[in-house]
Amino acid sequence: MATRLKRLERWASLSRRGFSTSCDEQKLQQSGKNVNLFSAINQALHIALETDPRAYVFGEDVSFGGVFRCTTGLADRFGKNRVFNTPLCEQIVNEAAKFRYRSGNQFNCGGLTIRSPYGAVGHGGHYHSQSPEAFFCHVPGIKVVIPRSPQQAKGLLLACIRDPNPIVFFEPKWLYRLAVEEVPEHDYVLPLSQAEVIRPGSDITLVGWGAQLSVMEQACVDAEKDGISCELIDLRTLIPWDKETVEASVRKTGRLLVSHEAPVTGGFGAEISASIVERCFLRLEAPVARICGLDTPFPLVFEPFYMPTKNKILDAIKSTVNY
Amino acid sequence: MAVWFTRSRFMSHHLKREVGLLGLNNPSFWSSFTHHNSSPLENCRTPETVFSIRRFESTKAEKQLDSRFDDDENLILDFPGGKVTFTPEMRFISESPEKRTHCYRVLDDNGQPSMCSSFEQISKEVAVKMYSNMVTLQIMDTIFYEAQRQGRISFYLTTIGEEAINIASAAALTTNDVILPQYREPGILLWRGFTLQEFANQCFGNKADYGKGRQMPIHYGSNKHNYFTVSSPIATQLPQAVGAAYSLKMDGKDACVVTYFGDGGTSEGDFHAALNFAAVMEAPVIFFCRNNGWAISTPTTEQFRSDGIVSRGQAYGIRSIRVDGNDALAVYNAIQAAREMAISEQRPILVEALTYRVGHHSTSDDSTKYRPVGEIEHWRVARDPVTRFKKWVERNDWWSDKDESELRSSVRKQLLHAIQVAEKVEKPPLADMFTDVYDRPPSNLSEQEGLLRESIKRHPQDYPSDVPV
Repeated sequence: MATRLKRLERWASLSRRGFSTSCDEQKLQQSGKNVNLFSAINQALHIALETDPRAYVFGEDVSFGGVFRCTTGLADRFGKNRVFNTPLCEQIVNEAAKFRYRSGNQFNCGGLTIRSPYGAVGHGGHYHSQSPEAFFCHVPGIKVVIPRSPQQAKGLLLACIRDPNPIVFFEPKWLYRLAVEEVPEHDYVLPLSQAEVIRPGSDITLVGWGAQLSVMEQACVDAEKDGISCELIDLRTLIPWDKETVEASVRKTGRLLVSHEAPVTGGFGAEISASIVERCFLRLEAPVARICGLDTPFPLVFEPFYMPTKNKILDAIKSTVNY
Repeated sequence: MAVWFTRSRFMSHHLKREVGLLGLNNPSFWSSFTHHNSSPLENCRTPETVFSIRRFESTKAEKQLDSRFDDDENLILDFPGGKVTFTPEMRFISESPEKRTHCYRVLDDNGQPSMCSSFEQISKEVAVKMYSNMVTLQIMDTIFYEAQRQGRISFYLTTIGEEAINIASAAALTTNDVILPQYREPGILLWRGFTLQEFANQCFGNKADYGKGRQMPIHYGSNKHNYFTVSSPIATQLPQAVGAAYSLKMDGKDACVVTYFGDGGTSEGDFHAALNFAAVMEAPVIFFCRNNGWAISTPTTEQFRSDGIVSRGQAYGIRSIRVDGNDALAVYNAIQAAREMAISEQRPILVEALTYRVGHHSTSDDSTKYRPVGEIEHWRVARDPVTRFKKWVERNDWWSDKDESELRSSVRKQLLHAIQVAEKVEKPPLADMFTDVYDRPPSNLSEQEGLLRESIKRHPQDYPSDVPV
């Protein structure tokens, strides 16, 4: 319990620092209000429905606002014909992903975006805290996008909704309320398949996504005290992913660490690791480090052991730099 | 008495707990029944105690409560979804109706319309086209099946025994109606003008195949003909059909969606989801179940215990009909009526057509391993839908032996020609392997295409020569 509170505190402090604000997207900071991630998602959905009369929102509990309040007010504003509850019916892998390909581009599933809560939340257990992004990354035809903050969530979600491909948009549960930052109220999109360097550095490259980035950010801060300069990259879109940005960074630093909450074996970190070894083998000064979840179901009381914590990352940064 | 009392107390506590749970989300539901901080159900052991509740209410409340009793003085519960009457009688609903649902049919086995059958007369032109298409479908099946046996195509699946379902349902629709097929409904495409050459191109996976050679034979699809591309997984088309129908509804189109599936498909969760979605969303969709008795080797007796499929409709709040799937006129009339209701009343309709899969499930199956040859022969000969319809057409003097032989010879020639042509058309170009995964190929695919092309240059002998690179 104490651990959990500590974590929450940490999140709060991070969000106050406006951790996610990017260097290349300063322009987004106009006329924004401080909002949390679920409110940013809610804004994006309002804009999507306003700007496209053929946009619909449906799923479990969306009508009243949803368990995480992301769809609050949509049904009142846009009517129950466009915002409605449906039972679950999942056809992602065999149908949505292959619809365009199997019909020779005669049919497609029309810009479908599937929003899903995701990741650890301190008390979720096996089902409510798992991170299944790698499953979906292994299904050609689907894109997978994971935001790290409210501002990112709004811009990326709108980009997903307007993209003509089926996209699974994972919303880190931990950030729904705890991540707060200034979010412009106007309509904006952030590019898909473009990673972002959120902290420049020269000794080692760290790659992550979603809520894990703030843990990595803390490790970067601590490493800096030991004189290690870390470059932190938010992948943002996992598939199709931005190899070039990661490659360019690793060419500069010569070292790579990937971190995610999902189990390490077969996780998307393995894909990044393999691809970068292919591209930067001669430039690498140390093996690629993976600090990830363990290969167990997400274990409720053991969560603090399971998680890729700041100190696990910090140790790996040091051993990689001193390899 | 003491025993009864104890038991009823137990029951009332039990009831209170259960109903309390049901009422959680609806405080108003309970407020109309509770009084003096106690639940009426706690006292609801005999009819007398029910009356006593009435007496405790104020005059105004009593007036309201009067309407809460039915003619037999049973209390009516105003429950979300509609009023429900309480009964002191504990009675379980039977697992099956006393009588099985009747099956609508127009033509008897001799192609003679039943005296009292209600059906719409169809024109000579439509009837002849229907019959010709049914025959064409049969010949196409025979020739493509043979082509598969000769190794010229990799797979095939016939529609034999279900020609009436295919052609008559297609004839009752307009081409604006959107079809989400399973895989045993090529007759609808045929009716809509998909040519024998187009069928052959798909089966051979050549560059003229609209699916660009990516799917197994018989996975036809044509945007032009409002016919969604066939997908192998079972029943996935059902929820999609509801979505497509909802889109027609929102666009105010004068059209409906028709989706086809087999008896086996009704065991999938998607069947449940689709019927439930459709009823709730009031989507103009016709669910057409081809109950042909066999899901590959699983007979319907091992598939479900209900009275077929038609009985499920009511449970979801969907109007339903059972029809003789081997009677083209019955299928035609049922679908025409279903279409009319689906569109004008904006509602889903469930149609169960009783038929028989006379062919094997596919060319990967030998059905004589699990069902008696005599059963197959009976349906193939005595209950053939094409023969039955032919008798009716002939009875109307719309069809002669000469017409028959000319049609058969012409279709045969066209099909053999189509196969020869399809075989010679080159395969889709290698570039088609990488397109359409997304709207535009992402960098990983471009990179992989580049690597593959280098590999092909180095080892051309490893790759099929009929695919242009």
